[in-house]
Amino acid sequence: MFSSLVAFGLRAGWELGLVRYRPAHAVGLDQHSVLISGMGATILISVIAAAISIVLGLIVALPGQSSNRWLRLINRIYVEFVRSIPLLPMLFWVFYGLPIIFRSMGLNIPIDPFWGAIITLAISDSAFTAEIYRSGIQSIARGQSEAAQTIGLNYRQTMRYVILPQAIRRILPPLANQFIYIVKMSAFASVIGMQELTRRANELVVTEYRPLEIYSLLIVEYLILVLIISAGVRWLERRMGADERV
Amino acid sequence: MSQAAIEMVAVNKWFGDFHVLKDINLTVEPGAKVVICGPSGSGKSTVVRCINKLEAHQKGTIRLQGRELTNDPKSVASIQGKIGMVFQQFNLFPHLSVLDNLMLGPMKARGLTRAEAEERARHYLERVRIPDQADKMPKALSGGQQQRVAIARSLCMEPEVLLFDEPTSALDPEMIAEVLDVMVELAQEGMTMIVVTHEMGFARKVADQMVFMDQGEIVEHGPPDEFFANPKTERCQTFLSQILQH
Repeated sequence: MFSSLVAFGLRAGWELGLVRYRPAHAVGLDQHSVLISGMGATILISVIAAAISIVLGLIVALPGQSSNRWLRLINRIYVEFVRSIPLLPMLFWVFYGLPIIFRSMGLNIPIDPFWGAIITLAISDSAFTAEIYRSGIQSIARGQSEAAQTIGLNYRQTMRYVILPQAIRRILPPLANQFIYIVKMSAFASVIGMQELTRRANELVVTEYRPLEIYSLLIVEYLILVLIISAGVRWLERRMGADERV
Repeated sequence: MSQAAIEMVAVNKWFGDFHVLKDINLTVEPGAKVVICGPSGSGKSTVVRCINKLEAHQKGTIRLQGRELTNDPKSVASIQGKIGMVFQQFNLFPHLSVLDNLMLGPMKARGLTRAEAEERARHYLERVRIPDQADKMPKALSGGQQQRVAIARSLCMEPEVLLFDEPTSALDPEMIAEVLDVMVELAQEGMTMIVVTHEMGFARKVADQMVFMDQGEIVEHGPPDEFFANPKTERCQTFLSQILQH
């Protein structure tokens, strides 16, 4: 992709662009370091948001499996409500709106772009994570929890020792998918001023006015990130035997 | 007065509008062996599933050693593995080794140490004659071996009563005998057993009560000699002639 872009650039006579975005060139190296400087923030935001979402999703999913219909209702309301909110409005609400609520409650909790992005991504994603847990848990045959009950395990023990260890193999691939989604959605954090990949690219576009080259490189950066995650997940799946057919 | 191991008085159950169990009365003395047979859909599995509260009953009383079992979660929890169950589909935990399948209940529900649980597990594996399979995964075993592991798993909880829900129906013919042999031995050792089965040879050998069910009712109930020699009702005659004709 990069080489064809270079070829295209040559034909169009964009020498300047080539020099500026070629890693071997001193100026290019400089521009690259600006672009790549957002990488740490993107990774950090995504990893923390995903970690929160994985825990929050399970907390949301378990009441959905209860025999108590009020608990099930709480689960449904959370999932339907949260997944109906588009990410960008939610980001604005958290970043600009939530501090006002905090202030009216007499609390002084500032929300910076970093935590604003994490809270939004984590909550938004947790509704989907919860549904992934649900489908994973429900895919385990009923006989498994019945057998657990007949050997005296309570609900919590049944989940912990019998259902979840089996469900996790089926949950892992879609969960990895969600993580990739979070990495990409973290680009929205740029609009509230978070200095991550997309924000850096935008800043560079403003000073260099080379949108084609810069945004193309930005896409390549996300591509590399996602490919690394995919490889990591494949490795994890193999280790847990999730690729075996049951 | 000796206390019945299991007592069912006028038990009724509906699945929606469908009346699955109609006024079931059944008393099982300690050490007794009851065999329940009947055409499919007659409610025989539902009877045993109500006894260990895998299913809720709507009317009537079920007692375990004189203590009433209600559908209240606390009551269900109080059974705590006192009523063992062997399922048609074995329902072994596929992610755990044979030994871990056996040790899970004793360790988590009974609070045994790992060493105690392992000793107990090996003891019962010996009794079902597969001590050498302890470290294998369930799916590496034949159907007959899996079902014997399932029996051993129930025995590890040292239950007061052992329920069997068509334990040989999912087995290849050549494996039925090895499972029935184990069940006959258990019966001879004095275990209280309620067995849903079509294996009439087994019934003749061990049962001291035969129960014939049809359309949710106990149609016939008596000692096996009488039951097989002169079934009183036409429904029972027809059923017996159908399953005994080969």
